[in-house]
Amino acid sequence: MLRKFVVAIFIIVSFVLQCSVFGNFALAGIIPNLMIILTSSFGFMRGEKEGLIIGFCCGLLSDICFGGFLGFYALVLMYIGFLNGKFSRIFYPEDIKLPIALIITSDLSYGIICYMLMFMLRGRFQFGYYFMHIILPEALYTIVVTMFLYPLILKVNEKLEAHEKRRAQKFV
Amino acid sequence: MPSKYLLLILTILCTMLMLVTFGTDVFNKPLNSVVGYVIVPFQQGIGKVGGWLSNRSEELIQIRTLLDENAKLKEEVARLTEENTLLQQDKYELNNLRELMELSEQYGEYNKVGARIIARDSGNWYSSFIIDKGSNSGFSVDMNVIAGGGLVGRITSVGPNWSRVTSIISDNSNVSGMTLATENNLIVSGDLKLMAENCITFSQLVDSQNLVAEGDKVVTSNISDKFLPNILIGYISSIDIDANNLTKSGRITPAVDFEHLEEVLVITDMKQTVSEE
Repeated sequence: MLRKFVVAIFIIVSFVLQCSVFGNFALAGIIPNLMIILTSSFGFMRGEKEGLIIGFCCGLLSDICFGGFLGFYALVLMYIGFLNGKFSRIFYPEDIKLPIALIITSDLSYGIICYMLMFMLRGRFQFGYYFMHIILPEALYTIVVTMFLYPLILKVNEKLEAHEKRRAQKFV
Repeated sequence: MPSKYLLLILTILCTMLMLVTFGTDVFNKPLNSVVGYVIVPFQQGIGKVGGWLSNRSEELIQIRTLLDENAKLKEEVARLTEENTLLQQDKYELNNLRELMELSEQYGEYNKVGARIIARDSGNWYSSFIIDKGSNSGFSVDMNVIAGGGLVGRITSVGPNWSRVTSIISDNSNVSGMTLATENNLIVSGDLKLMAENCITFSQLVDSQNLVAEGDKVVTSNISDKFLPNILIGYISSIDIDANNLTKSGRITPAVDFEHLEEVLVITDMKQTVSEE
């Protein structure tokens, strides 16, 4: 219960920050993708199921507010959360390399999927341009933000896990 | 439930949602209301704080340039006052002539409602933003949005206390426009590549007599079915002849500064269209 509440707060706060405050800190018109950070870090920290549910919620929120039709971002982010969940078996909290690598890969593939489905299908074929000017900068900026956001998510997750352990022991 | 099955179920759900919302908008109303109560209050609060902070930082930077600009503007005011008197004389004459011709004014003043921008697109691909008023203020989809005398875009989704505006610089936006002086029709489209330069493109301009020149005003055309006629879009900044030698395309500098947009006006009059039945 507490976990659901905390995760919901995380999603809402990141979404609101992403489309208001980060708009003012945009570098060359590019804003970082906090939804990817949330989806993929909960994915590899907590496993496939949680990753895909959080991805679905984050995506649906973007769909309702900014999407052309419902379900597109939800579908993409859900699969990203699910695939990140596959890595939860080799995840250790002390290791920072795996999270960084996973988040950057997730954001790059998110960008490429968005390009293919929203731009290439409308006849915008200059992939090189969009990769260098939109996808890559977004991934780099996202990584910079990850440096600050990921330790916070990790710490909150540890607190939650400790709390759940205590409650489980009480009932035994 | 194993995650595989959940993934399958949600995938089917998403696909259904996409198919359904592609044709209709049955889910828009309930979902938009939920977002209106969960997200919009936060956005309004944060928007205010963020706006305040960026205003303070910009103020510090701008003081010096403002002094310069002030001197220039004073010169311009003098020039414009002179121009204004001339124009007033013209208007007086025009009114007289109109009375003679018994012409009513072609376009009445539109009804406008002000709204504040509280959030911008969360992605980097399209350009849309959310304003803090919605169907409670009488807004509905396809209403035109202007700011500073120029066209900003149109409303593409409404909730009870918010609406989404897709701006004309967005890559998926097309507006039917015409040049003000020569009344040649053209299509104005947003382009992600030019978004950073604050430019938009136009195409399909038929101008066999080479009447259209750089610097010409482009306004919304009277044949558009979403946009009201004669709203300023921008000024032509470059013209190229297409490979087919029949049409021309080029760039337009929009009249609105999309980067520093904070308040917009929503025109609550809708374009009158022929109903399909």
